[in-house]
Amino acid sequence: MSDFAAAFSNAVSLIVELDAGLAEIVLLSLRVSMSAVFIATLIGLPLGAATAMFRFPGRMSIVVVLNAMMGLPPVVVGLVVYLLLSRAGPFGVMGLLFTPAAMIIAQTVLIFPIIAALTRQVVEDLWEEYAEQLRSLGATPARAMPTLLWDARFSLLTTILAGFGRASAEVGAVMIVGGNIDHVTRVMTTAIALEVSKGDLALALGLGMILISLSLGVTGAAFVMREAARG
Amino acid sequence: MDKTILPLHVADLTFSVGGANLIDGISFALEAGPRTIVLGPNGAGKSLLLRLCHGLIKPSSGEVTWKGANGSDPARHQAMVFQRPVMLRRTVSANVEYALGLRGISHSDRREKIDEVLSRTGLQKFARTPARVLSFGEQQKLALARAWALNPQVLFLDEPTASLDPAGTRAVEQIIAAIHKGGTKIVMTTHDLGQARRLGDEILFLHQGKLIEKTEAQSFFERPASNLGQAFLNGDLLW
Ligand SMILES: Nc1ncnc2c1ncn2[C@@H]1O[C@H](COP(=O)(O)OP(=O)(O)OP(=O)(O)O)[C@@H](O)[C@H]1O
Ligand SMILES: [Mg+2]
Repeated sequence: MSDFAAAFSNAVSLIVELDAGLAEIVLLSLRVSMSAVFIATLIGLPLGAATAMFRFPGRMSIVVVLNAMMGLPPVVVGLVVYLLLSRAGPFGVMGLLFTPAAMIIAQTVLIFPIIAALTRQVVEDLWEEYAEQLRSLGATPARAMPTLLWDARFSLLTTILAGFGRASAEVGAVMIVGGNIDHVTRVMTTAIALEVSKGDLALALGLGMILISLSLGVTGAAFVMREAARG
Repeated sequence: MDKTILPLHVADLTFSVGGANLIDGISFALEAGPRTIVLGPNGAGKSLLLRLCHGLIKPSSGEVTWKGANGSDPARHQAMVFQRPVMLRRTVSANVEYALGLRGISHSDRREKIDEVLSRTGLQKFARTPARVLSFGEQQKLALARAWALNPQVLFLDEPTASLDPAGTRAVEQIIAAIHKGGTKIVMTTHDLGQARRLGDEILFLHQGKLIEKTEAQSFFERPASNLGQAFLNGDLLW
C-alpha cells in the first residue's frame, strides 16, 4: 500500500512539474490519435452518409463489413497494418513501419468503421424525416448530403469523440506497428504497458491519470454536446 | 412571374402497393386560379394524391402532366407545405435562405426576400431564433414563409392547420389567402369543413383512392353530386 502511495505522489509531481519525458509521450499520443480521428472523419462521414442515402451495388456488403469492423480487436488491425507496411509487404517501400505515420494508419483503420457506421444510422433516420421536404425544395441527394451532415452535427460530434476515445485508449495496434520506441513512437498506452512491466509504477500511474482525465474530458464533452443538441 | 406551368392534367393516375390501388384511376384537370380543396375521409388518398402531383412519388400508372411547362422543369415552380413541417437545425431566416439558395437565388436578392416573407408571416422577431424551438404553429408559419419565398406558381398544402388552435388556424388561412392573391394556385387538403368553405373554390372529393366528384365548392356544400359526398358532409362516412 505504501508502494502505491509513493508511486501516486511521484506521479502527481511528474505531472505538476511537467516532466519533459512525460510531456513528449502525451503530445505524441494526442498527435497520433487526433490525426487518426481527423482522417477517419474525412473517410467515415461521406461513406456513412452515402450508404445511408444511396442505393448502389455493394451497399449492403459495405454496411455489413463496416459493422463487423467496428468490433475488430486492435491487435488484429495492428498485425494487418504491420504486414502491409513491413519491408516485404505491398507498401514496404514507403518505410513507414515503426513511425508515427504507421500508428496513425492503424488507428484510422480502427476507428473509421465506427464513425462510418454510426454516421450511417444517424443520417438514415434524418434522411427518412427530411427526404420529401428537401426534394420538394429542389435538393438533389448530392446537395442534401451536406445538409443532413450539418443537421446531424451534434450526434456526429458524439460519434467522432467516441472514435477518439477508442483511438487514444487502444494499445495493441500502436504497439505492433509503432514498436514503442523511446522518443519516436512511444505513446501513453504503450508507455504504461512498458513501465508496469519494468516496475516503474510512478510514470505508469502518471500517464494513467492523464489518460483517464482525457477520457473523462471527452466523455464530458460528448455529454454537453448531446444536451446542447436537445435545446 | 414566368408563364404558368398550369393547367395540370392528371390522367388515369394509379398508385398501388402490394396489389392494392391506393390511388385508383384518377383523372382531372386543374386550371390556374381557383383554390382547389381535396376532401375525403382518413385514408382516402389525399396526401398520396398531393405527393403524386408534386412529383415526390412515382405513379404506378397514369400521368401527371403540366401542360404549360413547355419543356421547362415544372418542379421549380411548385412548393409544398407538409402536415408535419421539417425545420432545418438553423435559424428561422437561414431556413428560408436555404430554400432560396436551392432555387439559385443570388445572395444579394435573398436578404430582401427573407425580410419580406418573415414580416408577412409575423415571424420577423424570430429571424435569429433556431427554427426548432418555435412552437408548432410558428413552425407551420415558417413552412409557409419558406414556400412563399420561392414564389411558386402552385402551392400544395397537406392539412396545414391540422394541429393548430383557432387563432393559429386563422393566421395560416390569412397567409394562404395572401399567397393566393399573389397569383399562386392553391391545392390543399383539410378535414376542417369550415375551412374548406372559407378557402375553397372547387372541391376534389376522394374516397378509397377514387375521385368521386370534382365540383365547384358552393354546389358541393349545398348539394353534392354523389351520395358518398352527401354522407361525408353529414358525417356518416367513416372510411
Ligand atoms: N407507402 C405506402 N405503403 C402502403 N400503404 C400506404 C403507403 N402510403 C400510404 N398508404 C395507404 O394509402 C392510404 C391513403 O393514404 P393517404 O395518406 O393518402 O391518406 P389521406 O387521405 O391523406 O388520409 P388522412 O386524412 O388520414 O391524412 C392509407 O390507407 C395509407 O395507409
Ligand atoms: Mg393525409
